[in-house]
Amino acid sequence: MTYSPAPGAASLPRMLVAQAAFEIKLLLRNGEQLLLTAVIPVVLLALLSAVPAFDTAGHERVDFLVPGIIALSVMSTAFTSLAIATGYERRYGALKRLAVSPLPRWALLAAKAIMVSVVEALQIALVCGLGLALGWRPEGSPVSVVILVVIGTAAFAGLGLLMAGTLRAEATLAAANLVYLLLLVLGGVVIPFEQFPAAIRPVLESTPTGALADGLRSVLADGAGLPWRSCAVLIAWAVVGFAAAARWFRWE
Amino acid sequence: MNVSPAVDIDGLVKRYGHTTAVDGLSVRFPAGAVTAVLGPNGAGKTTTVEICEGLRRADSGRVRVLGRDPLRDGAVLRPRVGVMLQEGAGFYPGARAIDMLTHLARLHRTPLDADQLIERLGLRQSAGTPLRRLSGGQRQRVALAAALIGRPELVFLDEPTAGLDPHVRRATWDLISELRSDGVTVVLTTHLIDEAEQLADHVVIIDAGRLAVEGSPQELTAGVGDGVITFGGPPRLDLSSLRAALPETAEVREVTPGGYQVTASVDPHLLATLTSWCATHDILAEGLQVGRRSLEDIYLEATGRAR
Repeated sequence: MTYSPAPGAASLPRMLVAQAAFEIKLLLRNGEQLLLTAVIPVVLLALLSAVPAFDTAGHERVDFLVPGIIALSVMSTAFTSLAIATGYERRYGALKRLAVSPLPRWALLAAKAIMVSVVEALQIALVCGLGLALGWRPEGSPVSVVILVVIGTAAFAGLGLLMAGTLRAEATLAAANLVYLLLLVLGGVVIPFEQFPAAIRPVLESTPTGALADGLRSVLADGAGLPWRSCAVLIAWAVVGFAAAARWFRWE
Repeated sequence: MNVSPAVDIDGLVKRYGHTTAVDGLSVRFPAGAVTAVLGPNGAGKTTTVEICEGLRRADSGRVRVLGRDPLRDGAVLRPRVGVMLQEGAGFYPGARAIDMLTHLARLHRTPLDADQLIERLGLRQSAGTPLRRLSGGQRQRVALAAALIGRPELVFLDEPTAGLDPHVRRATWDLISELRSDGVTVVLTTHLIDEAEQLADHVVIIDAGRLAVEGSPQELTAGVGDGVITFGGPPRLDLSSLRAALPETAEVREVTPGGYQVTASVDPHLLATLTSWCATHDILAEGLQVGRRSLEDIYLEATGRAR
């Protein structure tokens, strides 16, 4: 083997595809992450569709649950998974390592966006497939759903990166899981907002999860058009999250 | 060394808060050679190297790597420069060594073969284990492989053999020598003097963020009047009569109890003066040795820790 120099970067598309494929592979190989992104949403949907645990605000149980579980899936990938993975990549110097590789920084972020999109597409396919099998009848426009999922993803990703780039990896792990759990209960995922005291409802509806679940439900369960209020809340979170991450994110 | 240097640093300053890590460092690392940057912990070695790698921004001064600005021309430099981070850092914790190296190879146009590199670095047994479960020494070798995979023309190795056992250290030294024969410029930081002595064409000693001395190991140890004589005798000898007998420039010290050292321009006359002084005082001068100053002596003096 010779080490005689032959330097050169791979082409940009090749680097981008390689990085995205690598991140997807690592995520799918990680058991805890799979539990969070695939198993929990599916189990919740199957279980709560079968058992009348909560009042579902006048909807069929499955019609009420599927939009909430989609919101949960988006949160699990774009926030919890992304924050934990990025936190540990920072801690073990993977981000620093890539910073001295030929991969441009924007391409790393683009690869993460691709990774999140691919995993979300798989999750949503899984949840919708199971929902349809359980008798789910979606209403509304798929375009509105895609718009909501995309800006919801941006809102969660900004906050996830902010957390990963500022806290220690262990703190990110704990905090990201705690937030996931809290918003699973309080974010309108499986329990309607009507069940909570009126005083705290505006707060719950203004969380990213609350806004996304509410917005998806108004489209998919009520057949409404694009819900502007939910969109505005999510865009606000996305702007704040990314601005703060850009300002405070530490690469090592 | 009349070709343009691989790294050219001029008046480099870097502060962290109130601490000045690099304090006006000016130095050049020659192309096609192995340069060892020696210095105690906290001397500013890693900071300097990380500025050259484009990971940190200098507060002032000018740095050129392969003639380019490491920050402004990062996109051009990164494919040409291989980097081994300190303490084997820089990996995805869940990835295996082979995944990590195969992935980094994909970011380059004509990379080395990841499998061959694994074999060469003796990582065959651990190639399938997640990196977070490897030992420190194994991670160090993965990090070294990561620096080489893209076939760079210049590599920065930050303490490449720290914490390695003697066999692996030897193997790593062999590899670094191979790099040089194949035309790769190597810059390594270390606080192991024998590593610098074994490997380096050029030694740069920095202390407290400044250049202390530089030169080839031969140049550094062959200074005029830099001979050393050591000998043993009873402890706490009165050395004043010896000092009087020797030339004024000679230094005489009891380095350890009963261990004496004379630093001077050593010639046969001086040696005769010394031995006759010993005869007069009935001292056998056990283990009498005439030698040049070692790189270690130079290092200890340059970094202000000489006794």
